[in-house]
Amino acid sequence: MINAVGRDIPDEILARTGKEVFQGNNYKEGVEYHKQGPIVKPVLDHNTSKMVGSIREALEKCGAHDGMTLGFHHHFREGDLVVNMVMKEVHDMGFKDVTICASSLGKAHDALLPYIEDGTITGIESSGVRGKIGEAISTGKLKGLAIMRSHGGRVRAIQSGETTIDISFIGAPTCDDYGNCKGIGGKSDCGVLSYSFVDGQHANKVVAVTDCLVPFPNYPADIAMTRVDYVCVVDAIGVPEKIATGAAKPTTDTRKLMMADYCTQVVINTPYFKDGFSYQTGVGGASIASAASLAEIMKERGIKMGFAVGGMSKGMVDMLDQGLVGKLLDTQDFDLFAVNSVQRPNHHRISAGAYANPFNKGAFVNKLDYVVLAALEVDTHFNCNVVVGSDGRITGAQGGHPDAAQGAKCTIVICPLLQGRIPAICTDVTTVTTPGESIDVVVTDYGVAVNPARQDLLECLQKADCVPLKTIEELRDIAYAITGEPEPVQFGDRIVGIIEARDGTIMDVVREIKEFEF
Amino acid sequence: MNPNMKRLRRTMMFLNCQKPGLIKDPYIYKPDSIMLDLEDAVAEKEKDAARYSLYHALQEIDYRGVERVVRINGLDTDMWQEDVRASVAGGADAIRIPKTETAQDVKRVEAVVEAVEAEFGVVPGRTLIMAAIESAKGVMHAMEICEASPRLFGIALSGGDYTKDLQTNISGTGVELMGARQLMIIAARAAGVQCFDTVYTNLNDMEGFRKDVETIHQMGFDGKSIINPRQIAVVHEIYTPTPKDIIFAEKVVREIDDKKAKGIGVFTVDGKMIDIAFYDGAKRTIELAKASGVYKGEL
Repeated sequence: MINAVGRDIPDEILARTGKEVFQGNNYKEGVEYHKQGPIVKPVLDHNTSKMVGSIREALEKCGAHDGMTLGFHHHFREGDLVVNMVMKEVHDMGFKDVTICASSLGKAHDALLPYIEDGTITGIESSGVRGKIGEAISTGKLKGLAIMRSHGGRVRAIQSGETTIDISFIGAPTCDDYGNCKGIGGKSDCGVLSYSFVDGQHANKVVAVTDCLVPFPNYPADIAMTRVDYVCVVDAIGVPEKIATGAAKPTTDTRKLMMADYCTQVVINTPYFKDGFSYQTGVGGASIASAASLAEIMKERGIKMGFAVGGMSKGMVDMLDQGLVGKLLDTQDFDLFAVNSVQRPNHHRISAGAYANPFNKGAFVNKLDYVVLAALEVDTHFNCNVVVGSDGRITGAQGGHPDAAQGAKCTIVICPLLQGRIPAICTDVTTVTTPGESIDVVVTDYGVAVNPARQDLLECLQKADCVPLKTIEELRDIAYAITGEPEPVQFGDRIVGIIEARDGTIMDVVREIKEFEF
Repeated sequence: MNPNMKRLRRTMMFLNCQKPGLIKDPYIYKPDSIMLDLEDAVAEKEKDAARYSLYHALQEIDYRGVERVVRINGLDTDMWQEDVRASVAGGADAIRIPKTETAQDVKRVEAVVEAVEAEFGVVPGRTLIMAAIESAKGVMHAMEICEASPRLFGIALSGGDYTKDLQTNISGTGVELMGARQLMIIAARAAGVQCFDTVYTNLNDMEGFRKDVETIHQMGFDGKSIINPRQIAVVHEIYTPTPKDIIFAEKVVREIDDKKAKGIGVFTVDGKMIDIAFYDGAKRTIELAKASGVYKGEL
């Protein structure tokens, strides 16, 4: 069945998943549903201890079983040790058919490959995957269907009962013996624990894993003791230097600076740029540079940002320091400046649900004026791909891309025309992960394209004469004139994964790759 | 005369031919010229590969009007003639001769260019030449170098080698370059060719770079060799005429055209005495303003 972004979703997949095809961003607007409640094992006796001696003991006490689903967060990014630690134990205990439901997985989890190959892990639900896990899924090694969903989509899937997490292991930089968890104060600080809030609320069993046990009460807590069944102390939950890095060095790459300048010009010449505006940006070189130049213009014009939301880094913390932003609403910290800032006034730790869940009663992304995003590919329908490489291999993550893109009034995607030898602006993206209806402006090193659906923005930018405007087709044509039109990637028949839209419908499918046949 | 002899060359950006990522689309930064380097930037064992990349880049890439100059290897090597062949066959706009010391150096290259144009069926005279002066001897021979060939559109100072030859170094003050700069610009103007300044290598000192460009702009140089696209905007900004300059130049051109028709040779514009000698300068200001995207008039 063809969906709203023109992708053919095979009936077999619809039957197997019980899902519908994507039918537009607001298809589920106002459609009521029941939230799923977790199984709760009450603790009444003051002599009951939540402490367990090992991950194995935690698994035993939580009733680990074949076919279970385990929850994890990715706040430790490429420094995460928790997923591998737990999965090794799961493997050693001989469990099979386990599904991992993580907010994201990266190269830090390459060690899981043997567990995929031997059937310990047969299901993966994540915002994205990289490295060997991506390769394993793309080459058909995962027995089940991988589900790639956005940060908001994960919260929706869990709250709506579509995914039930049997046991969630929450890596906590600090925790007390009764389960109050915080993202700071320990040796593996990640700042916030936003992605785990939903696990705390909805997982049937919750295990806090920490390498820094602190006196009770570890308050105010990110994940409160009322939601935690067990506490397990281990030697290390993360590699600090890979969790929160030093501040990214400002880029000196003229191409990125050029795109940053175009991006800034788009922001300041569109109507939402006024006192109290809201903004989300990433940590790519161009995004950081654009935020920095925007800050200078805000100072000149006496304009302040009402709030910034999403992942935080030094640039946003500096803006808070300078009084240029009212509130930081933080879901993830990319550097030590952000980690060290989270306890300050007006720097708020919010849940992934509050940030982006499409099935709550209004998320922060809905209140965004601008979001600046990146993409691996953008096509002439403005559809974006942030998960599947142009070679067909899964190698990225949706993160909050589809959430913020839909939510913001002006969604800007920065994307160089060519990624190496590959045209990033193309006729059809390899895989649709964010629908074109969410994307308003595409900024490249060769010019800026405005979605024809946004004539209002186009008129503003034409009037301002501030950036080289091109149509998306013109950009595609320039790219193809340089590289030639690429041959489509050749896939096998087997579907190895689905790209889930925010609302749980199917945006696209990912097929098994096969060797290119000339 | 080749119409490109006097084209605008505010920025001439060096690009290492050994790096395809650099030469694939430098035009997006809008330099006036690119200098595709086969000489110092290319590792000795990569010379063949760089020349091969150069030829295909010249053949395949649409540089969108940016002038393509190739810096060949020195005349003391056995590579330069093949460099010229690849460049001319590829369709390069000009050859930059390194370490030029005499008129004879220019003539040697000119002869090969001429032969290669014939060999590959390139329009005779299409390929221009520029000479880089990198030694005290070269500076002292600037005038004869400037006059060595009708293909030679300009000379360029190469400060690194030149200061070594002087037994000093680049200080950042410009004092050690002063004599060469002065001598070369005078020679170039006397011979009616263009003159370009040396690179500024400290990319982190943009203020120093700005001052350097302001100096050479005031001295009369046509432009500057650059090593990074970051430097382009500064040079173009300094070379962009001010609105006051543009208005005055417009008046001068219009008045000279008008008065010439009426048989008047000398007159005043805004209280300044003007005659035909001001015409080329005013025209050049208008051209610069157009190239800089700040001219909206009709001249």
